[in-house]
Amino acid sequence: MSRPDLIGIDGLTKAYPGVVANDGVSFSVGRGEVHALLGENGAGKSTLVKMIYGLVKPDAGQMTFAGTPYAPGSPNEARATGVAMVFQHFSLFEALDVAENVALGMENPPPMRALASQIRDVSETYGLPLDPTRLVGDLSAGERQRVEIVRCLLQDPKLLIMDEPTSVLTPQEVEILFETLRKLQSEGTSILYISHKLEEIRALCDGATILRLGKVVATCDPRERSARELAEMMVGAELRTPTARSHAMGDVALSIKGLNLRSASPFGTSLKDISIEVREGEVLGIGGVAGNGQDELLGALSGELRAPRDAILLGGAPVGHLGPNARRKLGLLAAPEERLGHAAAPNMSLTENAALTAHTRKGLVRNGFLDWQGARAYAEEVIRDFDVRTPGPGNAAGALSGGNLQKFVIGREILQKPKVLVVNQPTWGVDASAAAAIRQALLDLAAEGAAVIVISQDLDEIMEISDRFAALNEGRLSAPVDARGLTLEQIGLMLGGAHGMEVAHVGEETAI
Amino acid sequence: MDLSSINPVLLVASLMVASTPILLAAIGELVVEKSGVLNLGVEGMMIVGAVCGFATAVATGSPALGFVVAAIGGAVLSSLFGVLTQFLLSNQVATGLALTLFGLGISALMGQGYVGVRPPSSPRLDLGPLSDLPVVGRILFSHHPMVYLSLALVAGVWWFLRSTRGGLVLRAVGESHDAAHALGYSVVTVRFAAILFGGACAGLGGAFLSLVIVPQWTEGMTAGQGWIALAIVVFASWRPWRVLIGAYLFGGVTVLQLNLQAAGVAIPVELLSMSPYLITIAVLVIISSDRSRAALNAPASLGRVFHASK
Repeated sequence: MSRPDLIGIDGLTKAYPGVVANDGVSFSVGRGEVHALLGENGAGKSTLVKMIYGLVKPDAGQMTFAGTPYAPGSPNEARATGVAMVFQHFSLFEALDVAENVALGMENPPPMRALASQIRDVSETYGLPLDPTRLVGDLSAGERQRVEIVRCLLQDPKLLIMDEPTSVLTPQEVEILFETLRKLQSEGTSILYISHKLEEIRALCDGATILRLGKVVATCDPRERSARELAEMMVGAELRTPTARSHAMGDVALSIKGLNLRSASPFGTSLKDISIEVREGEVLGIGGVAGNGQDELLGALSGELRAPRDAILLGGAPVGHLGPNARRKLGLLAAPEERLGHAAAPNMSLTENAALTAHTRKGLVRNGFLDWQGARAYAEEVIRDFDVRTPGPGNAAGALSGGNLQKFVIGREILQKPKVLVVNQPTWGVDASAAAAIRQALLDLAAEGAAVIVISQDLDEIMEISDRFAALNEGRLSAPVDARGLTLEQIGLMLGGAHGMEVAHVGEETAI
Repeated sequence: MDLSSINPVLLVASLMVASTPILLAAIGELVVEKSGVLNLGVEGMMIVGAVCGFATAVATGSPALGFVVAAIGGAVLSSLFGVLTQFLLSNQVATGLALTLFGLGISALMGQGYVGVRPPSSPRLDLGPLSDLPVVGRILFSHHPMVYLSLALVAGVWWFLRSTRGGLVLRAVGESHDAAHALGYSVVTVRFAAILFGGACAGLGGAFLSLVIVPQWTEGMTAGQGWIALAIVVFASWRPWRVLIGAYLFGGVTVLQLNLQAAGVAIPVELLSMSPYLITIAVLVIISSDRSRAALNAPASLGRVFHASK
């Protein structure tokens, strides 16, 4: 790197009760450099960028920005210095419109009308068309991210921090984002880029810093390393790739016929005429960009949302009208996307969480009373078999890291020996080794003769484990195709291409 | 039965007066809820305002000073709620209920020496010839200044929430406190200010009751008006002008049914007495019947405790 440093970080340390999130982290980002920050969940990446953005104060260490000492006390100061950030969990307000959302992220926004035309100008310049008057709640995930990026661009940042920007985008949208970022880079903007997707980092970044357990373990040029090498540096161990055992397909385990379902939430997507069959021993991957009906589909299959009686058949028997417990009894289990608050109750212990979904199939209720010993034993079994790292089953679910809780949530369903298992985003925000373990467990379940439906936005994941693939777009499900030999480009087209790239198409329904 | 004894002009004029306490309390609570805080202590803040305003007006002889102190009293009581919920992270529902009970109790204590006392009368607005106009003069130009202030507050809150940066930040905090915090806004400061405003408005509403409408001090004289104000905010789906409709509707039906009772209409008194509640709720439910649109306007973080470390 011959570029002069824009931001230098020297010995930053931040400790929370019980854990040192950052321990003497030092690295630098040059002017016009795209620098990657890599690490597993809990490696301390988020804490680090929060310190740079002024949201968290470091316990020790210094930063310099363009050669002068830099210690932002608040995001406002960081923005005034020239640091902008695109958050992993969008920092957007669904009930406000695009212009209002942008104004909230600026120090001295111009009057709304002037701002609206500025938004149009900047978004056209960078190929990110946006209508300033639309409600953010009505936008697709890709468009929402565009709002965040445009909000940053309007402030002429010198350093742009991006926390996992591509996890919700279609491949085409990722291409567009990369072009925008390269354009920014050519204008001299530095970018600090956090992602789990190593191939993207190899394609985009000039330098990389790898964090493990709060410490910098390596600095390298990602273009000179393979994705596998990078992953192993992050994990600090050799990586196993999930392998499918050979298995035969059996009878139809679950079929959906002409399922229509209105979404209960004002920003949800209603399901439209969904029909599909899954066989025993099959992994069906359902891809799609967030907000295209994934939550509703999972709800309809798990029984949280009731469907017409004959719309869902489990082994030939109608189950559409049944609730979750009745479906569990028949062997249809589900693990929703949101770990905290949906798949698990954060403030309840793992034992209680185990009992919550497993009581029917594991016989944990006797005469209306819970069998706590049985529940505890079951929770311990899940913890052991799925290598969940926690002091014990008495721990609160919310105290576990994302990856560990996800292993617990998936393991809890798998060990109930389901006939059909539906999972939504099984490895979202989970690090490489935990993700590999979860995928392997799903493949093993299918090999034992269960049907598995994997709803995911991670296309690599779907390609890796599924036998057939179908795309969910605006509440409609495409006809399934054989997943082998499918290219990312084909999938991207099935997902509706780059969402909303032509302004005229906004609000209309795209035919697949 | 003699319906001709009901004078429509007087009816409209008196409904505006009768609705003002609820309108004041409701517009304050609307701002509080828009910032994402659910303060169920409206009733308590109203009655503390009523007694503070009454005592001050009696002691100083100035109703205007009474209203000022009533607003301060309501705000002080609400600051107790603010400290408990925003700094000590207590549960908003439980704290709000406690605030109502506390307000009822402490107002009874403070008001012990004032039972049966007459407050100084507060003059109506007199615009000379304008107030003497037939019909219009009585309805528009001869009310107590607080009636105009309450209408100005509705317009002001509407404009503030819709068109100002401060209003935008307030709505943003109520919509998603985590996102607002991530952008560097002080969630606690915004919410505390909103809570104080809500307390001051409720206090004014209470004082209007004890100084203008009744006018005297009796224990528990708010008689559930704070709860009506809370209900109106929700049924009006957090829109200022609908709050005005709801409050005037409630006040209007109340005044009308009293007139009907006086005129001796052959409807059971019980039915007449419950009619304001039934009609107000029915109308506002119909207005906000589009559930997804109502959900759109509801502050998404309403009642959720915010802690910056998460």
